[in-house]
Amino acid sequence: MTNQTIQRVEGALRNPLVLVGVGAVLTVPAALVLVLAFPLYRGLLSDPFWFPLLVMAAVLFLILNATAVCILAERKIAGFTQDRYGPNRVGFWGLLQPVADGLKFLLKEDIIPRRVDKPLFLLAPCLALIVSLVGFAVIPWAGEVHWPWMEAGTTVSTQVARLDIGILYVIAVGSLGVYGLVLAGYASNNKYSFYGGLRATAQMISYELPLGLALLCVLLTTGTLRLEEIVNQQAHSGVWYVFVHPLAFLLIVICLFAETNRAPFDLPEAEQELVGGYHTEYSAMKFALFFLAEYAHMITGSAVAIALFLGGWAPLPFTSWLADNTAWWAMLLKFGVYLLKVALFIGVMMWVRWTIPRFRFDQLMRLAWRSLVPLGLLLMAAVAVLTLFGGQRVWWAGLGVNVLVLLGVLWWAARSKQPMTGRQEDLPPVEFGAM
Amino acid sequence: MRDEDIIVLQEPKLSPAERLYLPQIFDGMVTTLRHMFSLKRRQQVVRQYPEDTRQGRGELRIANYRGVHRLNKDAEGRVACVACFMCSTACPAHCIHIEAGESPWPDREKYPVKFEIDELRCIYCGMCEEACPVDAIELTPHYELVGRTREEMIFDKEKLLQVFEETKHTKPRKDPPITDYGLTGGQGKDVASPNVERKV
Repeated sequence: MTNQTIQRVEGALRNPLVLVGVGAVLTVPAALVLVLAFPLYRGLLSDPFWFPLLVMAAVLFLILNATAVCILAERKIAGFTQDRYGPNRVGFWGLLQPVADGLKFLLKEDIIPRRVDKPLFLLAPCLALIVSLVGFAVIPWAGEVHWPWMEAGTTVSTQVARLDIGILYVIAVGSLGVYGLVLAGYASNNKYSFYGGLRATAQMISYELPLGLALLCVLLTTGTLRLEEIVNQQAHSGVWYVFVHPLAFLLIVICLFAETNRAPFDLPEAEQELVGGYHTEYSAMKFALFFLAEYAHMITGSAVAIALFLGGWAPLPFTSWLADNTAWWAMLLKFGVYLLKVALFIGVMMWVRWTIPRFRFDQLMRLAWRSLVPLGLLLMAAVAVLTLFGGQRVWWAGLGVNVLVLLGVLWWAARSKQPMTGRQEDLPPVEFGAM
Repeated sequence: MRDEDIIVLQEPKLSPAERLYLPQIFDGMVTTLRHMFSLKRRQQVVRQYPEDTRQGRGELRIANYRGVHRLNKDAEGRVACVACFMCSTACPAHCIHIEAGESPWPDREKYPVKFEIDELRCIYCGMCEEACPVDAIELTPHYELVGRTREEMIFDKEKLLQVFEETKHTKPRKDPPITDYGLTGGQGKDVASPNVERKV
């Protein structure tokens, strides 16, 4: 293709109408096929084994595309907060930037440095991505659905795996995510990558603790580990657990930033200190896999936080609207609500990233071990005592305990002489002798 | 360094709210949110480069911008360079290659038979321009410099003289030629020693 042709195509794609047209040409035939083939897969939709698998395929497709859109959103938000426009050249409003990025990653030279541990070097990005995608299995996307052609009273679930240990599974798989980073750092045979991997490990170990403690607070209230049960409770009572345990929610959100290696906790890939951190030696599609893994991890993490605290698919707090509705349109609506919540959550994560500067490593450790862990322990103990004496019968009892703990901590923080962040000791003046 | 030169700064005391960190984070997030929705500021700050250039807005300082080189011609249309090798000696990137020959004109001894600048090696520091005793080599405000091969980016004498023809309207050769970077307004003063009348 000549330069003129390329320029003409680029110019045309910047026209929103052309872009919509191209999108329609690509999607309308697929939609038509789906509609025309409806009798063929109708049976699968009402099958309790196949339907979750179909949902899984759909969600996987959605998430992998969403990560690409996330990268565009991230760059746009970065631009906006810094008084720039962000990418706006490829397609109308830069909407085709993910396509351009993807093509670039596919076509770039895939370099494997000579002295790397090759099997581990190849395994690391795959592990990072797989682990971050596996967590989706237990997310209750839209509750139960009853198709019109099914027997009355029967439903199929939009959740792929209905595990008894749902939330434990999420924690287990989520903390496996660090293996990808550590392996990448180790296999790269590069000190900066190795530092990145080590930092990731230390950070993950530190922030798993307050995460677990805050989770326990919710679990003491719910009395179940099953995510679909937790969401159902919130949808029926209308009281989302963020209103019961605001402090635990705060802890979980902070830990979520650390678990997903996002700013202000992105020390494993701190560009200014570690070149690129654990992915310094990675290029082309393997690098893109790390990117995908990070964003998939964000989506999983926020989906779990939403299921636990923000009512999952429940559209409005303090009502039980849609809670018992199993119609197919209600399912689609719940799905939409869930995805909207995830999108908003991720938007906030990006907003935070472009606001707050990165922690120093000792500050990071101090925050975890001297602030979050004691706070989590205190909160968990208080909620446990409350549960023991049957105080969970009214929903605002938990809120009261949270507020009391928060006030107590504030009082202690105001009284304590030591600063909670920042340098602990004054630097004495340095004598400069004969050098 | 003496002891009295050392200033020990005390870290300011933090209030309880500042120590809690969260109110500060909230403040910062409000600030970024305000920037996110300030379309007007964005439009003022950003230049959409290929369509909107600094030159187009008249913000480029043409007098001292360091872009592509040119070889100036004097009033008779001859190359002003006297092949003294000052520029290639001053060049920290060693990108200037001159071959001198005997001048066909009576007013100078030498002239450049060959004058080549490797624009890919050049770091655009402007030291050649400073070194030149006759102000023959100058940097122009032209910065959009692209090529498909490395050979193409080695500018020879003809090419450099052609750059002069192309840029002499936006940045005319000073007459009498002086190197003042537009700072003295072309009053014939040397910047380094403004009280001395400069000999041409």
